[in-house]
Amino acid sequence: MTKQLTAWIQAAPMALVLLAFLVAPIIMIVIVSFWGATEYSIYPAFEFDNYEFLFGSPVTYTVFFNTFKYAAITWVLTLAIGFTVAYFLTFEVRSLKWQVALFLLCTIPFWTSNIIRMISWIPFLGRNGLANSTLISWGVIDEPLDWLLFSDFSVILAFVHLYTLFMVVPIFNSMMRIDRSLIEAARDGGASGLQTLRHVIIPLCKPGIMIGTIFVTTLVMGDFITVRFMSGSQRANVGRLISNDISLLQYPSASATAVVLLVTVLIVIGLLLRLVDIRKEL
Amino acid sequence: MEKRGRSFYVLSIFFALFVLFLYGPIITIAILSFQGPQGGLTFPMNGVSLHWFYDLFEEQAVGDIWGSFRRSFALGLMVMIVTVVVSVLGGLAFRKRFRGATLLFYMAIASLVIPSILISLGVGLIFTQLGLPVHWASSGFGSQLTWTLPFGLLIMFAVFNRFDKSFEEAARDQGATAWQTFAYVVLPLIAPSLLGVALFGFTLSYDEFARTLLTAGSYNTLPLEIFGMTTNVTTPVIFALGTLTTVFSFFTIGVFFLAVWLMSRRKDKGSDAGKGMV
Repeated sequence: MTKQLTAWIQAAPMALVLLAFLVAPIIMIVIVSFWGATEYSIYPAFEFDNYEFLFGSPVTYTVFFNTFKYAAITWVLTLAIGFTVAYFLTFEVRSLKWQVALFLLCTIPFWTSNIIRMISWIPFLGRNGLANSTLISWGVIDEPLDWLLFSDFSVILAFVHLYTLFMVVPIFNSMMRIDRSLIEAARDGGASGLQTLRHVIIPLCKPGIMIGTIFVTTLVMGDFITVRFMSGSQRANVGRLISNDISLLQYPSASATAVVLLVTVLIVIGLLLRLVDIRKEL
Repeated sequence: MEKRGRSFYVLSIFFALFVLFLYGPIITIAILSFQGPQGGLTFPMNGVSLHWFYDLFEEQAVGDIWGSFRRSFALGLMVMIVTVVVSVLGGLAFRKRFRGATLLFYMAIASLVIPSILISLGVGLIFTQLGLPVHWASSGFGSQLTWTLPFGLLIMFAVFNRFDKSFEEAARDQGATAWQTFAYVVLPLIAPSLLGVALFGFTLSYDEFARTLLTAGSYNTLPLEIFGMTTNVTTPVIFALGTLTTVFSFFTIGVFFLAVWLMSRRKDKGSDAGKGMV
């Protein structure tokens, strides 16, 4: 058997799964986005009504703006926190054993339920929650703060809580590969700590930062459940627009929104991928 | 040893706060799940009891928790096994150059970053339009694979990038066939990493929500059931459930780590290579 053929046979299962459950569904969504719908059913057609309605509605633009806003704020926060955590693990923790242990401590929540992790904020942020009662008992505020739960604040807090991990892991991975002698060389050359950080460490971490960025932005842009749950259905992003249409059985209009979302996400990734080659980083 | 600078202490505090941020909320609901029977969704504790855990075991009180747990568990095992097998095969394929490799790689990456709701919507549409049964073990199973396989493949890339090819060459030089080389040399060496793939496969499936939402059919998986509860359950019973499934997740993670640890210990002891020299 030739090498080529063996490789194809080995790659076939993955290719088949992805064709059936990734490529075909996307094609289906594109097709259905041109279909029509009544209140109870959908029917094949080729019309642009769904797109016309989507682009004609001012809601669409607000919701897309909101989606970008969530993505941008979450990105800044997860990057700042993720970078600091990775820096601490790489350069301040000295034994490999501790590095691995603390790193695992950060990653374990990734293997637990996102929904439970969201629910667990409620007793914390609610009107009578821990945050409010603590602040009142300290005398910082007189009245409970209403904007802690079911607001943009709680949505972004949950995003940061759920997704900072996706920044920590790739940045930690890049940082661990930095040759320590480079940092010594920088110090010997008279660079201050900040200068070393800016001119040596950050440039060498760029691939990790990029991978983390791709993860966080796409996860936030495609989300619908966090926004729905943490805002108590008071805020909207594109994902919620889609899921609302779905719950009203308006599949064609949901598909049109999904197509626009997909294109938007792909453009964002395309821009980011120009800056880094992922396969080299593994 | 060099003395610790001020930055060490500042960053240690930062890290500790981050860990508190990660685990604090879940610890809070773990405590609250022991609320007394009259207790509410937040502090103060109104007595301490196991009331809400008992509630979970009464079927009619909170829907089909145990049925959904069994389904999620079975689905997790299915996804885990398929993810391990398909990812290893995929990883082996990518070690050789083959036509279409780049395309397949980009498909896997796309699968990872595509908004989950698109998979859910698209797979749901295909199954309903083709008249196929929408069921957690058919459409739900396939949808979850689009989330676990890319992780599996990426782990396999990382594994094979660090793999020392001279082991295989040695086996081949000794006359091992391709299959023997794989079964007796490559597989034992990558086995601990495969446990990692299995951990991803099981836990990501067990907790998956968005991709299963429109593809699970009429029988809910556990995350779907929990999400349903958030809209109509207003008692700490939901905290009790959250605590139990998180404990289950921790238990699963623990089992995997234990297995990895046992495996690496056996490997350390197992070989007497180099000891026979005089």
